[in-house]
Amino acid sequence: MAEVLVLAEHAGGDVKKVTFELLTLARTLGEPAAVAIGEVSDDVVASLAAGGADTIYVANGAEYADHVVAPKVSALQAALAASGAVGILVPATAEGKEIAARLAVRTGAGIITDAVGVDAGFVAQQSVFGGSTLVHSVVTTGTPIIAVRPNSVAAEQYPGAARRIDLDVTVADIDRAATVTDRVAQERAGRPELTEAAIVVSGGRGVGSPEGFSVIESLADSLGAAVGASRAATDAGWYPHQFQVGQTGKTVSPQLYIANGISGAIQHRAGMQTSKMIIAVNKDAEAPIFDLVDFGVVGDLHTVLPQLTEEVTRRRG
Amino acid sequence: MKIVVCVKQVPDSWAEKKLNPADNTLDREAADAVVNELDEYAVEEALQIQERLGGAEACTVTVLTVGPEKAIESVRKGLQMGADDGVHVVDDALHGSDALATSAVLAAAIDSLGPDLVLMGSESTDARMSVVPAMLAERTGRPQLTFAGKVDLDGDTVRIQRVTDYGYDVVEAKLPALVSVVEKINEPRYPSFKGIMAAKKKPVQTLALADLGLEAGVVGLAGSRSSVQDFAARPPRAAGTVVTDEGDGGTKVADFLSAQKFI
Ligand SMILES: Cc1cc2nc3c(=O)[nH]c(=O)nc-3n(C[C@H](O)[C@H](O)[C@H](O)COP(=O)(O)OP(=O)(O)OC[C@H]3O[C@@H](n4cnc5c(N)ncnc54)[C@H](O)[C@@H]3O)c2cc1C
Repeated sequence: MAEVLVLAEHAGGDVKKVTFELLTLARTLGEPAAVAIGEVSDDVVASLAAGGADTIYVANGAEYADHVVAPKVSALQAALAASGAVGILVPATAEGKEIAARLAVRTGAGIITDAVGVDAGFVAQQSVFGGSTLVHSVVTTGTPIIAVRPNSVAAEQYPGAARRIDLDVTVADIDRAATVTDRVAQERAGRPELTEAAIVVSGGRGVGSPEGFSVIESLADSLGAAVGASRAATDAGWYPHQFQVGQTGKTVSPQLYIANGISGAIQHRAGMQTSKMIIAVNKDAEAPIFDLVDFGVVGDLHTVLPQLTEEVTRRRG
Repeated sequence: MKIVVCVKQVPDSWAEKKLNPADNTLDREAADAVVNELDEYAVEEALQIQERLGGAEACTVTVLTVGPEKAIESVRKGLQMGADDGVHVVDDALHGSDALATSAVLAAAIDSLGPDLVLMGSESTDARMSVVPAMLAERTGRPQLTFAGKVDLDGDTVRIQRVTDYGYDVVEAKLPALVSVVEKINEPRYPSFKGIMAAKKKPVQTLALADLGLEAGVVGLAGSRSSVQDFAARPPRAAGTVVTDEGDGGTKVADFLSAQKFI
């Protein structure tokens, strides 16, 4: 069977959940092969094998982190050449899409981004216009490159054949032109990444103040969730901008999205409407967010959420 | 110093968007058009760099767009904000261009203008693919400084804060370079009355594909490397349960979460 490449996301020796989702998806399309770029430890290779990779292409080297995406594009292209793969799946994260974009230019192949599913023959499903329309798209030229959103499929563990192939990659000088000179981590209190998280708890203008976000964070921590915010909340400076969900913020597609004090404007919906399940707490029974919910509570988030957090903590023991 | 800012006209995000059943492309006539919001941040950043360098003698700002007739409005908006001149690539053959095709046209225009710095928004609010800046860097061979939350120019070195999931990376490169900016990097100015009047006299060059040495076959629906097979309205989400809090709202949500096996 022909190989389907999956660009692995990993950091500090851990493979990200989205990689296992993509390997699971790749198995429905061909023979899953992972491409691991950067500081690739034996642990990373072992987890990719356990996640279903029959082949693991490795471009090992600390210097991949020193430049903006271009060297990784060369590595992925080398994997494509070595494998003769029939399709490439990358996570639809900021960097995943940039790597895919440059690879598409280099190979002359078509690219589809933000797929929420891929059917046989590399037919991509995309959810557009704030989730109101489902589109099926195909790549018409070259080996299809498809960026798939995290949480689009449930990851299954499936022991792969785990052949390791080390790639011989030539990185051109021009691809080293943008140099990373420093990395600044901002406190995230050990929460999962917003775009990857299985559960997202968000707060909007109804939260009322920066301090008010502690009720959002407490609920998120009780559920092991990421924290998001509406633009009204980030504009007010109550929560950092990188946590904004919506048209000009992050797009999330978790198993569960809990919107608190968020009215449900179209631009916010654009970033969360493909969530599998939606819960809202809002004191206005007429708020449009209630049109989307599986479960909603009309009430004050400052009383509902602490009670909920306590219940979750108690029931989770 | 020469800066080119890429701008895109997009349907107003409040407007309902539709696909045109005839050729599965976005029905741009059906919606009001505005300048892609993130591109306004790019124009503002260019103007601030120009001011820091000492004005139009030291640094020029050109607004570049690729799009239908109407897209000239987005160039005008940039001129009203204070940019010096504009370039509009317009050609019937462009209709239906995908990101790869659009980036090829932008790249040809940028290569012919030869700026030191290219600035653009990190994504457009309509397509939201966020791939054109990376494609453009690849095509023009410029260092890719994307997702900038801060831009500093220091002689012929440009340094940005590249926003990441965990915080930011400091990234630097030598000019000529390409920078894409994120929302809130600055506060875009509103055009003043004087700016609006002055914009009417600013030059806008109109280019066809042939002027850039491009053939029609590489762009538009013909040159696109992906296509929409079909589309359908999603069934609206089934109506959920909404309860009013009577002192037990939190417990009720917890019951729902238990039933759904989240806890
Ligand atoms: C080009 C463009 C891009 C945009 N991009 C985004 C984006 O990426 N993300 C985004 O979110 N928005 C975006 N917006 C803004 C969007 O239009 C809305 O203004 C924004 O989403 C509103 O945020 P909100 O729901 O928190 O605030 P509001 O609309 O003010 O709603 C607050 C809600 O909180 C409720 N509430 C108040 N107090 C309480 C309480 N104590 N308990 C419970 N409920 C309470 C109220 O009933 C109300 O429904 C964009 C707008 C434009 C024009």
